[in-house]
Amino acid sequence: MKSVYAFFTRIAAIAGKEFRQLRRDRLTGAMIVGIPLMQILIFGYGINMDVRHLRAAVADNARTSASRALIADLEAGQVVRFVQTVPGAPELRELLAEGKISAGLYIPPDFERRRLDGDRPIAQLMIDGSAPGVADPLRALMNLPPLERSGIRPALQRTLPGGQRTLEVLTEYNPERRTPVQIVPALIGVILSMTMVIFTAVSLVRERERGNLELLITTPVRSVELMIGKLAPYVVVGLIQTTIILITGVLLFDVPINGNVVQLYLGATLFIAATLALGLVISTLVQTQFQAMQLGFLTLLPSILLSGFLFPFDGMPVAVQWIAQGLPLTHFNDIVRGVILRGADLSQLLPSVTKLSVFLVCAVSLAALRFRKRLG
Amino acid sequence: MAESRAAGAAGEEGAATRGAAASDNGFAIEAHDLTRRFGKFTAVDHVTLEIPRAHIYGFLGPNGSGKSTTIRMLCGLLTPTEGRIRVLGLEVPRDAEALRRKIGYMTQKFSLWDDMTVAENLHFIARIFTLDSARARRRIGEVTEEFHLKELSNRLAGTLSGGQRQRLALAAATLHEPELLMLDEPTSAVDPQSRRDFWESLFALAARGTTVLVSTHYMDEAERCHRLAILSRGKLVAEGPPEKLMDELPLHVIEVQSHDTEGAREVLRGLPQVKSQAQLGLRLHALIDRAASDPAKLVRDALRGASVSAEVNAVRANLEDVFVAATLGTSRD
Repeated sequence: MKSVYAFFTRIAAIAGKEFRQLRRDRLTGAMIVGIPLMQILIFGYGINMDVRHLRAAVADNARTSASRALIADLEAGQVVRFVQTVPGAPELRELLAEGKISAGLYIPPDFERRRLDGDRPIAQLMIDGSAPGVADPLRALMNLPPLERSGIRPALQRTLPGGQRTLEVLTEYNPERRTPVQIVPALIGVILSMTMVIFTAVSLVRERERGNLELLITTPVRSVELMIGKLAPYVVVGLIQTTIILITGVLLFDVPINGNVVQLYLGATLFIAATLALGLVISTLVQTQFQAMQLGFLTLLPSILLSGFLFPFDGMPVAVQWIAQGLPLTHFNDIVRGVILRGADLSQLLPSVTKLSVFLVCAVSLAALRFRKRLG
Repeated sequence: MAESRAAGAAGEEGAATRGAAASDNGFAIEAHDLTRRFGKFTAVDHVTLEIPRAHIYGFLGPNGSGKSTTIRMLCGLLTPTEGRIRVLGLEVPRDAEALRRKIGYMTQKFSLWDDMTVAENLHFIARIFTLDSARARRRIGEVTEEFHLKELSNRLAGTLSGGQRQRLALAAATLHEPELLMLDEPTSAVDPQSRRDFWESLFALAARGTTVLVSTHYMDEAERCHRLAILSRGKLVAEGPPEKLMDELPLHVIEVQSHDTEGAREVLRGLPQVKSQAQLGLRLHALIDRAASDPAKLVRDALRGASVSAEVNAVRANLEDVFVAATLGTSRD
């Protein structure tokens, strides 16, 4: 009991000290507000990318040779890759909400009649509009050269004259397909990555350079207490930045927040802590603040490029996907898009939440283990 | 003298000190064959020490003599390459964590936080040592009083003068009432008046039963210590109370006063019995082999032979002579 009290007292002491120092540091204070604001204004405008191999699911309620040909043709186009077959449209919606697929193909039971009648779209493609770069190539599918390989083109061409669509495309979550709607939520993670890693990456070396650490390690403070104490204040800073980005996103870019705000903040807290912990690990590896900055930025670029911020995750080679799995930002992007745009529940995003938690615990432990209360 | 100091220690700290002292032969620190190598360089070379409780124990040596490395090993910051250490009855580095609550450590460089006020720094240290709020308030009040920090309470530590910083550092190091205080060159950035005040504080602490280990390269400071270890190139070359070291110097000390110090130096350099000489203003101190039967006459005759007019007297060794004599074997430049 007493040791628990001491544990929290020392964490609070370190955290309080960090807060106090942060409050005195006017420039950093200004940057906490200024950086996210600037970034969101600069990057708030869109980027579109060509994509391939998006994960998709299919609900084939027709089960005819023509419906199978349709599926094969869509897959042959390499934009989508069907990874799952489900019974019906509700299941497709669920998979979309969970972020497991980017598109869902629904083939209705009356597919054959629609095909022959030729006055209605023969099937429906549901698209996840929340991910950047995904919606546009998928929408292009609706102008698919109708079913070449299946040999039924003549029939379709006869019945679907003059540019009529083969597929009806239904964009979920971002019907107007505005890029800011996809970019702004993703920017939360990118901006936080930029600021958070550096905060903690320099925090230990700064104290080493100023000579504070030699005193600190002769006190009873334990490594893990030091790590948590150093991390905690910046979680608050991160949440402030999250709020700034969200407010700007809603006011300036009309980003809808479809999900639960509390859950969004829970996810953000987890991500911020994980990123700060990564910074702490860096701090235990380096000797100077300069080295800390270098290494901190080194983690930034992969985060931006591989996390699905710019390029859809599914388009990457498997090896790169593995690297991306090790980046907190990948999982946070999943959470943030899920909650903000798809209105998903954290329980639906459990894999990402779990991976972030594991990352956090591992990184804090690693930092605490690496940080020796010794000089040599 | 030392015993009366220890006995004079009052309160629970004193009782704890005496209780532990019974099981430790009265030594706050025991180190045997302490050695630390950094690659090929041996910073500390088989140093054996016994430091009695409630003493002010000095480490005297030039920069690079191994003072800081020894202190860091004694408080568990550095792992010795060889040797055994017991501090306050605890095995170091094994029990280094348990030792942290019992020692206060003051680094060579000011190591409190520049961007926090004096009061904030002290509060932080109190919380890190988990002093309960009543004790924290009492102790912060006491050290603020003792080290004259009251009017500086709301000043940022970074804006303090050298002497003020050092008072703050000592206040912080003693806040949790440690049994043992380790001070690594505490007065290197401080004016003479502040140094005197600082030593007054150390004597007061020792009188209350605190063992103080202090490293210095100032002779006058070393002379104030109850006991002294002279380190040179990582080796312990002399040990004992300063008075005793001066009395028992195994060399004659001859003082030469002359207006022609250059000429006198030249003459002394030519004498094989002169082990070392140092100039102090117009005076020269020559250390001469014990074997010489009348060293003053030896020097006087040599100077007369070279027609250098000088006054020559045998004098009592001062600490600098002890230091020079002790380091003769290990460093010769």
